Amino acid sequence: MAIKRRVRTVLALSITTALLATGCSGGESEEPAESELYKNPVTLTWWHNASQDGPGKEYWQKVAKDFNALHPTVTIEIEGIETNQLQRTRLPAALLSNDPPDIFPTWGGGEIREQVEADYLKDLTDLAKDEIANVGSSAEIWAVNGRQYGLPFRMGIEGIWYNKDMFERAGIAAPPSTFEELNEAVTKLKAINVVPIAVGAGDKWPAAHWWYNFALRACSVDTLKKASKDLDFEDPCFLKAGEDLKAFIDTKPFQNNFIATPGQNDPTSANGLLANGKAAMELMGDWNKGTLDNVAEDAEAMNKFIGWFPVPAISGSNGDPKAALGGGDGFSCAKNAPAECVEFLKYIVSPEVQKGYAETGTGLPVAKGSESGVSDPALRSILEATTSATYVQLWLDTAFGSTVGNAMNDAIVAIFAGNGTPQQVVDAMKSAARK
Amino acid sequence: MSSVNQTLNPAGGVSAPPAGLRPADRKAGRARETRRKWYEIIGLTTPAIVVYVMFVLVPIGFAFYYSLFRWRGVGPPTDYIGFDNYVMAFQDPIFLDALRNNAIIVFGSLLIQGPIALGVALLLNRHFRGRTVFRLLAFVPYVLAEVTVGIMWKLILTENGTFDALLRSIGLGGLIQAWLADLDIVIWTLLFVLTWKYVGFAIILLLAGLSNVPQELNEAAQIDGASWWQIQRHVTLPLLGPTIRIWMFLSMIGSLQVFDVIWVTSVPAVRSLGASATMATYMVDNGFFARLWGYGNAIAVILFVISFVAAILFQRFLLRRDIEGAITRKAK
Repeated sequence: MAIKRRVRTVLALSITTALLATGCSGGESEEPAESELYKNPVTLTWWHNASQDGPGKEYWQKVAKDFNALHPTVTIEIEGIETNQLQRTRLPAALLSNDPPDIFPTWGGGEIREQVEADYLKDLTDLAKDEIANVGSSAEIWAVNGRQYGLPFRMGIEGIWYNKDMFERAGIAAPPSTFEELNEAVTKLKAINVVPIAVGAGDKWPAAHWWYNFALRACSVDTLKKASKDLDFEDPCFLKAGEDLKAFIDTKPFQNNFIATPGQNDPTSANGLLANGKAAMELMGDWNKGTLDNVAEDAEAMNKFIGWFPVPAISGSNGDPKAALGGGDGFSCAKNAPAECVEFLKYIVSPEVQKGYAETGTGLPVAKGSESGVSDPALRSILEATTSATYVQLWLDTAFGSTVGNAMNDAIVAIFAGNGTPQQVVDAMKSAARK
Repeated sequence: MSSVNQTLNPAGGVSAPPAGLRPADRKAGRARETRRKWYEIIGLTTPAIVVYVMFVLVPIGFAFYYSLFRWRGVGPPTDYIGFDNYVMAFQDPIFLDALRNNAIIVFGSLLIQGPIALGVALLLNRHFRGRTVFRLLAFVPYVLAEVTVGIMWKLILTENGTFDALLRSIGLGGLIQAWLADLDIVIWTLLFVLTWKYVGFAIILLLAGLSNVPQELNEAAQIDGASWWQIQRHVTLPLLGPTIRIWMFLSMIGSLQVFDVIWVTSVPAVRSLGASATMATYMVDNGFFARLWGYGNAIAVILFVISFVAAILFQRFLLRRDIEGAITRKAK
């Protein structure tokens, strides 16, 4: 009797579940019939990563509004999401669910390759020919097998942001151009009792970028290209990068307890230390101007003392001294997004809109014809360095894909914490490449 | 089945049909009664069971399925690797660190929160002016959102933060440590924050338990000449047993699954070095941030199995008396 009843309950349950399950998969979205642009009203959902209040976020609102004024049939729904949350949880889940946003940020390198292989992204090669040409060589980061799947709106190389007043007080005549000079500068800055370099090791990547730069100096361009393509890390230069880093950390150039210092977003972060006159230098990219403004107690004073110089060269190394690490931000359209999505993306990277973006001071624009929008002196020096760089290597964690990237960053952080070795970084990268 | 009947109708089974009816009528009446009861059971439990199946059992099944693949969350999983993800987890020293940290939190919470909560609850159970205010204060941390608590303590415990200033002002500056940066200390700092956050919950549970202790027993003990301490030890504590055991159970499960306070208070670097990772933060760091979705699912399954086994063992051996008849066989 009891068993019979139980069977009946289970049966009832499974039927209910089955009904619910079919109910969920009911609404199939069919490819809309080819219609003429701007004829029917469409709503584009747009995710971007300018989640913090500030000029960056406001500018995207303005861009969406302007586009809607130009093309009243297109309504744009914006959602600003913090980068990591966006790229690591929200977007992958949305892309798996068949209901992704129409236009969203994509990371280039290994990441976009996987997204293209999964058929998530719209091929822009023929739809945005002129815009791709106008963006130039940095568009390559968003290209896979010669086809274009995304367009950048920001691109720049990283270097060292520094406090000019402190350099003057310490008696440092000119920004260091070699690591020997950088070491000297560190000693001089210690003598006037300031933190020479702030590093947000707590967030891992700001620390890892130091290793990337040592790798960039130690490895030839060909080695780096091969590593990105085949995930081949046999070259001894990757070991040397760790050894150089370890030697550099041993000179104690960073603030105390850097292992728990966050990177960018609050006054206790490495950014906060630089912006509020508590540290003299920080390794960061072009986007840092906007984030420094956000955490500075007195942004006006900060703007007076802040400057930027490229990562110094290491004499006698294999790397190209004029090569730089860099990266950017770009947007892609979902495979099934309406045609208006591509039009909107083209609008974002048009010289006029790019010029306005440059004027916000949150990053360097990409499109030719927008350079005049860059007025900040620090950003102008990054722009010059970017254009004169002989080779721009994409951030290694992005270039190698997130699995190798994450393992590599963790192992580098262990060196910073004093319980990892240069060999362990290479081992971690090799073993992650097999995962 | 009898236990279900019992729960439904504790007064003593089906009410007898009026006398004088013929046996056949009585039989039909009983059948109708049984059917009605079943409709009742199905009607009342179906929504809960459907939600439970859809959002608990089905996801567990999916997690197990995905854990058998090398899958990076792009496209459907295709690369079947059997139990490799599980082997990989137990070979990763950071995951073993996470297990150790969970163990520290489980036992640390029980050993520290238990006595504190018991003492405070016994005190707050006495009558004195301002009792309500103190009860409220004890419970406030538990009501705060985990993220709020995490950010607050992160700011307090940061280098040269409020806590360090406090120590200095009372002349204990020499005790200052890198609370959140020293890899050997951070787990104990986090245990402190968790204790601060959750001790209020234990206090409230115990106070509720105390209010169920009949006043007559206290009075009887008093008449027999027992001191306050003797009353607490021999009358109150034994009667508080079920409440304490339930709290221990909830605390243990919560400690095994702890995520948010750790995630917010401790920075990624310290987590990834193993110093402050728990199974749950390890799962998110590896599943989402290293984009090893199959592996992350394997960690989720391990976390589930550990919690499940711990829960079953706890219920079997410690909660048995309290929940007799509900999940075990009916007491003889």
